[in-house]
Amino acid sequence: MMEPLTWPQIFAQLGIQFWPVWVALVLLYAVSIRYRRRLGLYGKLFDSKIGMFGFALVMFWVFTALFADLILTHDPLAQFSGMRNAAPGSALRDPGNGYPHFLFGGDALARDVFSRMVMGAREVLRIAPFAAMISFMIGISLGLPAGYIGGRLDTGLTFIANLVLAFPVILLFFLLVAPEIQNTAIPRVMAGILFLMPVLFFTVLLNARFFTQPMKRNLYVGSVLVVGLWAYSGLAFNADPLGVWGMSPNLLNVFVAVVFVNAPTVFRIVRGITMDIKTRDYVAAAQTRGEGPWYIMLWEILPNARGPLIVDFCLRIGYTTILLGTLGFFGLGVAPESPDWGSTINQGRRLLTVYPHAALAPALALMSLVLGLNLLADGLREESLKD
Amino acid sequence: MLLFLARRIGVMLVTALCLTFVVFYLTNLPAKLETLAKTQAGSRISDAEVVSWLERNGYNQPMLLRYGEWLGAVPGWTREADDGSITGRCYRLASVTEPGAAPVRCGLIQGYWGNSTRFRADVANVISARLGATGMLMLWVLIVMVPMALLVGVLAGMREGSRTDRSLSTFAIASTATPEYVSGVVFIALFASSAVGLSPLLVSWGVIEGPVLFQGNARSALEKITFWNFFLPVMTIALYGMGYVARITRASMTEVMTQQYIRTARLKGVSFGNIVLRHALRNALIAPFTVIMLQIPWLLNGVVIVEVLFSYPGFGWVLFEAAANNDIELLLAASVVAVVVVLITQLVSDIGYVYLNPRIRIT
Repeated sequence: MMEPLTWPQIFAQLGIQFWPVWVALVLLYAVSIRYRRRLGLYGKLFDSKIGMFGFALVMFWVFTALFADLILTHDPLAQFSGMRNAAPGSALRDPGNGYPHFLFGGDALARDVFSRMVMGAREVLRIAPFAAMISFMIGISLGLPAGYIGGRLDTGLTFIANLVLAFPVILLFFLLVAPEIQNTAIPRVMAGILFLMPVLFFTVLLNARFFTQPMKRNLYVGSVLVVGLWAYSGLAFNADPLGVWGMSPNLLNVFVAVVFVNAPTVFRIVRGITMDIKTRDYVAAAQTRGEGPWYIMLWEILPNARGPLIVDFCLRIGYTTILLGTLGFFGLGVAPESPDWGSTINQGRRLLTVYPHAALAPALALMSLVLGLNLLADGLREESLKD
Repeated sequence: MLLFLARRIGVMLVTALCLTFVVFYLTNLPAKLETLAKTQAGSRISDAEVVSWLERNGYNQPMLLRYGEWLGAVPGWTREADDGSITGRCYRLASVTEPGAAPVRCGLIQGYWGNSTRFRADVANVISARLGATGMLMLWVLIVMVPMALLVGVLAGMREGSRTDRSLSTFAIASTATPEYVSGVVFIALFASSAVGLSPLLVSWGVIEGPVLFQGNARSALEKITFWNFFLPVMTIALYGMGYVARITRASMTEVMTQQYIRTARLKGVSFGNIVLRHALRNALIAPFTVIMLQIPWLLNGVVIVEVLFSYPGFGWVLFEAAANNDIELLLAASVVAVVVVLITQLVSDIGYVYLNPRIRIT
């Protein structure tokens, strides 16, 4: 049996363990800084220290999620004898060919905290950005017409958005994410409505631009419809004939709840920006040219609203991560074995005062990811305001 | 103004009605009712027994009708037993069995909130007792959070781009990036653990008497609030809410500091401290006021997390228990309270905004 590691040794080993991430980060930064003048807003990010630091934190976790299989030291779901609540740096009793230590100790079920944290990054980053993206497409497809057309449509949509926003998030989660709900049609119906939005969004987007060139239009819209409806059938109804797209009922339930909570806020932001932009001269010019309303909304207003929307997108991924953690913290909608950060914190909190390491590692990981996203958003906002 | 108020209250009532119906629908799904029957009558009962339990307790009627009963707009169900005594929704709530002794309608409008199946008590009593505990928590959160947030925001915003601004802004961002379940866990590990963190160190130095510096369990705060048992839960909620208010204050302060009248005051030779306190502050505090009001319902999230984490039996803890046990009437009452809090804070923030900013007029 080997000696347990001391803290300096643990940190040194962490540095070694994360080598693919360091290589990827150095490469990314070298290329980005070299060509930053040609990269638009993304390149300008590297002029701001805060933005650069935030981006590094975010990319650290993105690369960790990508290379998780290379980084982790043990199977995140396996239990090892004698490692229950083991202190950070403890040596394994019978390491075999594997790595001989638990870097961050063991949890209450004698699993490796470090490997679970690394795998948790993959769990979180698999859901959060996509949930934020779908929320954005829904918010945009409803917010643009509400702000641009106004009238009854605006009143109705705003009332519904306020209705959802008046719900305390936590209550909605308790009600919507439950095993009993998963057996009903509710998540499927909601997914059917929510996931249809991105398909509609892209169809209208391309049709508005290319309807004067039927050949091109048919090609673009056709391919969007084929890919979109294929993904839609798989994701929303689990009816993909080829079996490429699919979501477990658990995941779908969580996904739908998170999108449902986020979309109204995006809607309000988009609606506000649209109402501001529609008074500009270039919108009036497009109207005089005789452009259709969808062209004006999607190709005149939306590109000019991208600054605040990109900033909010970063913040929203962070907020979605927090929401996913909240769900895990209350043990809602996740598989009991899942290494995602929220449920790991939840499992660790029972022995928090005696063995805090099991809960601390995922808590600090989650915090650093959200902090990175917020700093990135701050850097982007600063740089986009400069011109 | 009166018309505005009337319209707002009208919209509020419609919203509350819609929301309670959604909650009612989601808690009364057949699968949830089955769970309820099993928790009430034993987990091993057969499907036929579940059906008869639901029938005996009035759960077999159409959902819309039962929503009406709960509201008090529709007469409550009654059923005559074999021995001639009558049971029914209103008979149970008033705990009488003689025919005609109970009121016909008994719902929210008549002041009947129903019975909690989890706590086996009157919902109104459960909620009001717990709301008091949470009110205390929220009061202290606001006392800590608001001055701290305003101070950070004003200090950061009065000289935009300075080193103070940079470090305080980063602090504000970091605090918004730390959800309650993270900061709570970190606080407990740092201050309330007898094995790690500060407490063992302080004990070995002989600075503190007990095993830990702060209590990680706030249950004792129900009887007597002390600094040592209430500090961690209050700080956990306040920290997460603080960052956002501070950032809004900073943005509003930097905007005010670029105004013409500030420049005029500077040129007149007014000292910087006076400019900030007399000229800038009042105008800069309009935006944060709205945000603080809107923050209150948002803190509810934190309240649920913190009350569960620190086992403080308040409103959030009741909400958690009610949801975990599918306690329909308690959950409905809790959501009514939550929704009313949200809507009232929205209304107050709108009205306050108008009073603080005379440039805005509503008709």
